[in-house]
Amino acid sequence: MEFIFCNGNYFGGIISATVLADPNPVQLNPSLIKELHTYGINNYDHLIPVDVFNWRSLLTIKGFLLMVVGGFLVGFGTRYAGGCTSGHSITGLSNLQWPSLIATVCFMAGGFIMANLILPFILKL
Amino acid sequence: MQIKETNIDFEVRSLDAMCVNESELVHPWWFNFKYLFAGIVFGIILVKAQVISWFRIQEMFRLQSFHMFGVIGSAVVTGAISVFLIKKLNLKTMYGEEIKFYPKQFSKGQIFGGLLFGFGWALTGACPGPLFAQIGTGATVILVSLFSAVAGTWMYGLLSKRLPH
Repeated sequence: MEFIFCNGNYFGGIISATVLADPNPVQLNPSLIKELHTYGINNYDHLIPVDVFNWRSLLTIKGFLLMVVGGFLVGFGTRYAGGCTSGHSITGLSNLQWPSLIATVCFMAGGFIMANLILPFILKL
Repeated sequence: MQIKETNIDFEVRSLDAMCVNESELVHPWWFNFKYLFAGIVFGIILVKAQVISWFRIQEMFRLQSFHMFGVIGSAVVTGAISVFLIKKLNLKTMYGEEIKFYPKQFSKGQIFGGLLFGFGWALTGACPGPLFAQIGTGATVILVSLFSAVAGTWMYGLLSKRLPH
């Protein structure tokens, strides 16, 4: 059942990228654009920065850390925490569950640490 | 001798966060199309709201935009109203089954796992559901991230008994 739902998710992605495509690039904070420029990220046409997320960079240390290690942490962390952004942050908080609040705070803390303190070094590789 | 029961099957607990209202009814296979439809709608919303954009995630964690906080915040408010109405009006599923809410149990996993999840979220710009939608938008290389995420869940299964909870 969840698998069918996720497949639907995939088809939803296809429909959004074809029938419902938006030709304009994503409107971002200028300071983020400036920062990403220093890492060689200049393409904003996709949901992910194709300058670093592509098949060729998969074999570089940077690409491996971003895609393989990143994906692994998402899967491992989701099961360890007993849920993800949907399970804890949205449905858990909606149901006023305090363990979900702890999980959400830790999701955000992990993200802040990674994005501000670790990711800049990875993107400079 | 008194035997204290301890739940070491954490898979059960992880399911608690997602689907506690698994239907016990048996339906023909084509009944599953409604989940496909719900998934398609969810995928379109994820993409069009840009919440699966790696760039939006970076903005959120740098406090450079209200975008993600607005989306997640309004989702929580909508969810809270829905939960309130389901409980208040004693709403049933479309097949008339009761909707039950189970309290979540605290475990250290929510802290350690939560932090690890946050690291992965900031790296890939995606949580589990969005990985599928990102692939759908044509980013085929994210298939690797998806397989890696599945490998991560297996690794958790292997190590779960040795990790602090």
